[in-house]
Amino acid sequence: MGAARSDAADPVALDARVEVVHQGARPFALQAHVAAGPGEVVAVLGPNGAGKTTLLRAIAGLTPLSGGRIRLGDRTLDDPALGTWVVPEQRRLGVVFQDHRLFPTMSVRENVAFPARARGMRHGAALANADAQLAHFGLTEIADRRPARISGGQAQRVALVRALASKPDLLLLDEPLAALDAQRRDTTRAELRAFVSAFAGPALLVTHDPLDALLLAGRIVVIEAGRVTQDADPATIARRPATAYVARLAGLNHYRGRVSRGGIELDGGGRLVAVDLPAQSSSGSREVLIALAPSAITVHTTRPDHGSARNVWAGRVRGIQQIADRARLDVAGPPDALVDVTPAAILDLGLTPGSAVWLSAKATEVTAYTAE
Amino acid sequence: MRTPWQLRVPAAVAAAFLVLPLVALLFRVPWLHLPDLFREPIVGEALRLSLLCATIAALLAAVTGIPLAWLLARSTGRLTGLVRALVTVPLVLPPVVGGVALLSAFGRRGLLGKPIDVVFGFSLPFTPFGVIVAETFVALPFLVLTVEGAFRTLDDGYAEAAATLGASPWFAFRRVVLPMMAPALLAGTVLAWARALGEFGATITFAGNSPGRTQTMPLAVYLAMERDPDAASALSLVMLVVCVVVLALLRGRWLTTGSAA
Repeated sequence: MGAARSDAADPVALDARVEVVHQGARPFALQAHVAAGPGEVVAVLGPNGAGKTTLLRAIAGLTPLSGGRIRLGDRTLDDPALGTWVVPEQRRLGVVFQDHRLFPTMSVRENVAFPARARGMRHGAALANADAQLAHFGLTEIADRRPARISGGQAQRVALVRALASKPDLLLLDEPLAALDAQRRDTTRAELRAFVSAFAGPALLVTHDPLDALLLAGRIVVIEAGRVTQDADPATIARRPATAYVARLAGLNHYRGRVSRGGIELDGGGRLVAVDLPAQSSSGSREVLIALAPSAITVHTTRPDHGSARNVWAGRVRGIQQIADRARLDVAGPPDALVDVTPAAILDLGLTPGSAVWLSAKATEVTAYTAE
Repeated sequence: MRTPWQLRVPAAVAAAFLVLPLVALLFRVPWLHLPDLFREPIVGEALRLSLLCATIAALLAAVTGIPLAWLLARSTGRLTGLVRALVTVPLVLPPVVGGVALLSAFGRRGLLGKPIDVVFGFSLPFTPFGVIVAETFVALPFLVLTVEGAFRTLDDGYAEAAATLGASPWFAFRRVVLPMMAPALLAGTVLAWARALGEFGATITFAGNSPGRTQTMPLAVYLAMERDPDAASALSLVMLVVCVVVLALLRGRWLTTGSAA
């Protein structure tokens, strides 16, 4: 330590083992390990209340750890066991908050100059720097405006420029697109992608929107009820979801079961056949997860005898929903399944809630894999 | 929702009750004699002393009360509640009792006053400094309570954002919190100033009533009532005008409700 920090400091990696426990009326426990290398964009995805924001706040130093350890490069930011604690203003990170938190009494220029001012730079020099940064990101036009007088998309960009202004070691983004309306999200997401990929250090993006995670991040850490339930690249997340929550986001039917007699006995009843069964895991357990796309299941009104599908089972339609240009059937099994058909097929087959149906799926469509 | 008459009537009574005495005062003022009355040196002295002491008292209250309000607004400990309760006591205490309490603390034989007198040969009571102390004592709780309420409405998020951007808590307080709170802080300070300007009981008990030295406007008005009611009305008019002018000036700039420009 003690060495002067140069602007060209080597990008560092984040390694955060975060344990935060709140007692009281609403007890809450978060226990999550999140790591991100230099230049890596990691999305933290999870339902509301899962602990995503607490994770981000702990890394930023706004919520102290109960246990675990946060390291950024060779610096330990928080380690309750050792009594190490770095105050937020010395962590050298940039945070973009969901509500942006631009200071309302300052112009956009003064907001961007704030980090330099806070570190003791003279007023004039800080403003000149801010002007250069605003010009670099095409925001010169709004430099003199107050945050109340710029659009949501502009506020998001200013917040990002301000967070990057101090050349942080780590970038933290909390639901950066949540405050925007649907129309503006697409363009802003593209901008954000450019911003973040130009950042040399690790970036952590907290979101509850799977699309943001899939499009912006190179890796996705899923947090549910305070625990990491999956940590994988977007392709794996989309094809081999580890939990029902991830499967729902990925739009897949999801089952848990055990391998037996060349097939898989499902925990909730029913049996499916897959082409490739995963190898026996080291623990000796033959528990597997199964993903099956709703579009890979076919609906029949009578038992299909001559089809090539090796998975055939009976069910009853519980509900019918229109999703974009498809109709989605909710069918009670076992196993239960969501099935996508065309609206025309609903009419042709005369399907209504309560209809008895037969479902079939090819064994090649059934993806079986072991839980991590 | 339309306002029901059951609310309109008492509202009108309240407004009339507050305005009527002030209007009556205007009728009672001996307008023709005003120039003569104002030429009496005692009026100018009392007014100058009042404005000076009230302003200093309000500034003292702001400099110490704003930090206290900030701590009270942000702490959650059991001690905080106790401190808040103790701070509120002077607010409900009769000011005369406050004056007596001040004498027991800062009087020549008071708890703190005695050692101060022994060491420095100086005693607060019955000096202009005593006036300032008495006025600060009654004005401070007003400021603390109004400003604390304002601090409570402030979103912690801005201070947090400032911290992540490298600002020390002191820098964040000065550059982010204070500017955002400026209208509320000014309102609290003006309220304290008005309270100090009108202070009577604690002042007369602690600082006495010596013309040109500790006799403020309210004391002068009270004394004038006994020998020269016309002078009392004139002095009252001066105070009314001063207060209205100050409030009007501030209202235009700061005290408007809603977002500050």
